[in-house]
Amino acid sequence: MDTLAQLSPTPTRLQAPPQLDVVDITKQFGRFTALDQVSMTLKPGSIHALLGENGAGKSTLVKCVMGFYKPTAGQVLLDQQVSIINSPRDAHAYGIGMVYQHFTSVPAMTVAENLVLSRYDRQTVINWKQEFEQLGAFMAQSPFHIDLTIPVAHLAAGQKQKLEILKQLYLKCRILILDEPTSVLTPGEADEVLGLLRSDVVQDNLSVLLITHKFREVQAFADEVTILRKGKLAGQGAVKDLTVNAMAEMMLGEAGNAKAIAKLPPETRTPVLSILNLHANRDNGLPAVRGVNLTVHTGEIVGIAGVSGNGQRELVEVLAGQRQSTTGRIEVNGESYRGTREEMFRHQVYALPEEPLRNACVPTMSVAENMALRTFDQPPQVKWRWLLILKAIRQMAQGLVKAFSVKTPSLETPISYLSGGNVQRTVLAREISSESVKLLIAANPCFGLDFSAVDFIHNALVDARNRGVAVLMMSEDLDELLSLADRILVMSDGELVYESEIDQADLGIIGQRMAGH
Amino acid sequence: MLGLSQQALLRLPWRRSLESIALPVIALTAALIIFGGFCAMAGANPFQVYGSIYKAAFGRWSAWQHTLILSAPLMLTALCTALPARLGLVIIGNEGALVMGGLAAMATGLGLGITLPPLMVQLAMAAAGMAAGGLWIMLAGALRYYRGVNETISSLLLNYIAIAIMNHLVEGPMRDASFVIKPSSAELDPANWLGAIPGSRIHFGLLYGLVVCLLAYVLIQRTPFGFAARIVGGNIRAARIAGLPVGKLTLAICFLGGSAAGLAGMVEVAAVQKRINQSLVSNYGYAGILVAFVSRHNPLATILAAILLGGILASGGILQRSHNLPDATVLVFQGIVFLCVLYSESLYGKFPCFREGEG
Repeated sequence: MDTLAQLSPTPTRLQAPPQLDVVDITKQFGRFTALDQVSMTLKPGSIHALLGENGAGKSTLVKCVMGFYKPTAGQVLLDQQVSIINSPRDAHAYGIGMVYQHFTSVPAMTVAENLVLSRYDRQTVINWKQEFEQLGAFMAQSPFHIDLTIPVAHLAAGQKQKLEILKQLYLKCRILILDEPTSVLTPGEADEVLGLLRSDVVQDNLSVLLITHKFREVQAFADEVTILRKGKLAGQGAVKDLTVNAMAEMMLGEAGNAKAIAKLPPETRTPVLSILNLHANRDNGLPAVRGVNLTVHTGEIVGIAGVSGNGQRELVEVLAGQRQSTTGRIEVNGESYRGTREEMFRHQVYALPEEPLRNACVPTMSVAENMALRTFDQPPQVKWRWLLILKAIRQMAQGLVKAFSVKTPSLETPISYLSGGNVQRTVLAREISSESVKLLIAANPCFGLDFSAVDFIHNALVDARNRGVAVLMMSEDLDELLSLADRILVMSDGELVYESEIDQADLGIIGQRMAGH
Repeated sequence: MLGLSQQALLRLPWRRSLESIALPVIALTAALIIFGGFCAMAGANPFQVYGSIYKAAFGRWSAWQHTLILSAPLMLTALCTALPARLGLVIIGNEGALVMGGLAAMATGLGLGITLPPLMVQLAMAAAGMAAGGLWIMLAGALRYYRGVNETISSLLLNYIAIAIMNHLVEGPMRDASFVIKPSSAELDPANWLGAIPGSRIHFGLLYGLVVCLLAYVLIQRTPFGFAARIVGGNIRAARIAGLPVGKLTLAICFLGGSAAGLAGMVEVAAVQKRINQSLVSNYGYAGILVAFVSRHNPLATILAAILLGGILASGGILQRSHNLPDATVLVFQGIVFLCVLYSESLYGKFPCFREGEG
């Protein structure tokens, strides 16, 4: 064993990381252009933020750099040398490592075991004594310190995130790509992790490309910023030269160009849904919704904007009956509402959840049966309370399939055989075809659909509103909310932090609030 | 044009129905072939073995009667797995529910004695057996719903507890000291025995099994309750959006499943055993799991699968006598069938000839 190999477990800190240039990268998926001639430069020893809304192309860009995707056109340069990166393993060979949003460690194994596991060059026999010596030396030099002997399952989220970063450093990465590293951290943990990385960057040991939604992090930790919007470069420059307002405008674009769908002024305005100081937890028991107060009236679409992961999903799940609130109260038409079937029917509450196949359909049941999910226990589909009238179910389904142009081979086809758009139409038919709908809860109703389907759904929502339905709509697509909603709110970190009538909405402030500023 | 598309919409999916018949048949055939290999290795001619099984199971009316007697409890215990399966639960506590049902039925039958007309006593015994078996499995359902305990493990462990309770009772409080062959309860009064269907030696338990399977089918396929259960089993998130009471449905369907197995226990003590003792634990519960899976949890198909397995069980003796095969050969066959059927589950939708075409 030569001396070089013995030294190698700790990252050599002799020279600065290479400069990473992305030149005119274009990536097309079929006819859809996810990235359109985007260029950027990550200077050695700097933190570069990549800012943009969901779907702006941030992930596509870094996946091209990491070799997950092959760009349709354009090049990646390292220290001005054209570098062919065909796989994450190639990227690693160039010293580029990525930290993902989800944790990739084995919970039952210790920190040391996870670090050794992450190495590509595994030996047949692991000399743990030697490994621990090397790991100890590595840990002494690294920006974070974690006890090597404790199982990963016992680490807090912040420490797990640190371990993910340590893994990349352990693999001798000099360019780190962090994909929204702070989305799972508390603000305190986020500041700590980024602050420690920052000190390493300042010493010229490391370059960091930071994908984020949060202006605060950009301003506090980044040197330069690249802003993407809808796959195009929307702005670039040194962070110190840019104001939050300027960045928000670049990120969200010029608003108000939404096409107007004829909205009728509401005849009356009575409260339908009242949410009073509602709290709810995530699956992992951490608070997601923290004291939401909100009222939705007849003939009104209330839009809730926000970056995903700020509690909107949990709020919708509570309203739709999929999640228990911890404290707080929901009232519909002035009566306490707990999401039972009887209450849903009495108050005519319907829901359009995101991912309809996962949330609103029974994949193994037929199209007709799925359309009957709301009505199977009501006449004429049931007789004498205990007998299903299958013919009535089929007849209703037949009508809905025609009215909503659902493309299905037959009514008896399991709904999982249908395309995404047709599943969406099936759910839409079930949830908004009834004339008696009073309250509709929608979440990202158009996610992943093509333009014609989106228009169809938007028109259906406005039509429902014009009939006097109270609509609460959560969406990650700000344009959608701006064109449909009568009133817009922003949810950030579990709280509603902004509210405005749509015609007085200030896009700059909305952007800042969404970014937790 | 319009008429055509309407017709296409209303067309019944016969290909998929065919698939759900063809695949189990293929699986059974495969199991027969593998079993044939086993027999050949054990030194018997597989074709003669097949012939013997057929003769012993379905060859004559007397064979048929024996098969049907064995299949009656299987139909009932199978529902203990098949009904909760529609809700997405894997319950294997059939044996325990059968034992608890048998115990409760016997206690009721002994308690009532001849104070009531036999039919009333039998009905009371059936009700007690169903309640006991139902509550037993409902326990597993409640553990699942309220505490997140794996229902398969808990229902399996409940089997051992039920058997231990039975052993305790027949060796202690319920023991009939005058019966010395093995620890047993007192004998049920002959007036209360479940008799044979006129013209046969098949007891009325078969009728119970057939009726309950039929009722279970109607319940699952033709009532709002069954519809709701299928929604919960298919996608619990969708069930919550539809406001369905998931907890109540879980408990109710576990109760119904358990009560079917409890009824099997009542049938066994009232028609076959007449006493409670170790012989009540005769693997009907575990065989019921197999029946449920072979029938893909469809209560109507359960009837057929139970008769089939009853036939296999009925042929156990003849394999030993005429082919010199070991006693456990029937269990080997049963196990091979189970594995083949479970494997065939993974083949649904894989064969193009069973897919619904566009035209």
